[in-house]
Amino acid sequence: MYAWIWRRLPGAWHTKLAVAAAAVLALVLVLWNVVFPWVEPKVQFDHGVVTGTPSPSSSPEPGLP
Amino acid sequence: MRTLIRGLGELCITAGLILMLFLTYELWGTGQYTRDQQNRLTERLLERWEAPEVTTEQVELGSGIAMLRVPEFGDDYGFVVVEGVERDDLRKGPGHYPGSAMPGEVGNFVVSGHRTTYSAPFNDLGELERGDEILIDTREKQYVYKVTGRDIVEPTAVEVTAPVPYHPGKKPGERLITLTTCHPKYSDAERMIVFGELTAAKPRVPTAAAAE
Repeated sequence: MYAWIWRRLPGAWHTKLAVAAAAVLALVLVLWNVVFPWVEPKVQFDHGVVTGTPSPSSSPEPGLP
Repeated sequence: MRTLIRGLGELCITAGLILMLFLTYELWGTGQYTRDQQNRLTERLLERWEAPEVTTEQVELGSGIAMLRVPEFGDDYGFVVVEGVERDDLRKGPGHYPGSAMPGEVGNFVVSGHRTTYSAPFNDLGELERGDEILIDTREKQYVYKVTGRDIVEPTAVEVTAPVPYHPGKKPGERLITLTTCHPKYSDAERMIVFGELTAAKPRVPTAAAAE
């Protein structure tokens, strides 16, 4: 897969390297800033609240079973 | 066939790397957000404490209400306790259960916090022992609570947050604190609860150390 992508990248090897690095960076940024914050509450493994709280703000605890 | 297997291998490695990145995000990246928020909350809280008191001051959800410190966890351990225990509140720092007593009041001052993500304010809660101090700074006073006990309960054990823990409905006579976090670490199968009671209330030292 990566070999195939590498062959597809234009230019000499250093251009390829630069483009590849930029693509990886872009992917990491999208994951970090968009995907992970979205996934995080769905897989939350760190929940410290006991439920059914005397909370007047009555929206139910998100992410709880 | 060979390319297929190689492609599959590459996909697996990629998935592994992404998973590692995600863990980094959970355990460290989320903390960055909390640190930012804490800095902002600290600033605003100190500002408010310096300004003359507004008698009609309402506690807003998500705003800072007190400063929590535990000498046992070191001098630079300090978190602004926010009002509310919804997800967005707890992302900013430990959260005070709305409706439970305020610091120093008769009843139970209940605070929940993350144990492993979002700066993990309650990471070391399990190391607190009987007699250890929990300091709560408010505008006027510093309340000194001492740990009296610890328990591991089901996530649904709301009775620990009652004004008299385990006795919902009973009229409180003591000034208590209860800290709740998840247990075991990296899981939310149970809750760890630390109880304490007020032992002293001193005037607050004006140079309340900022939460860093």
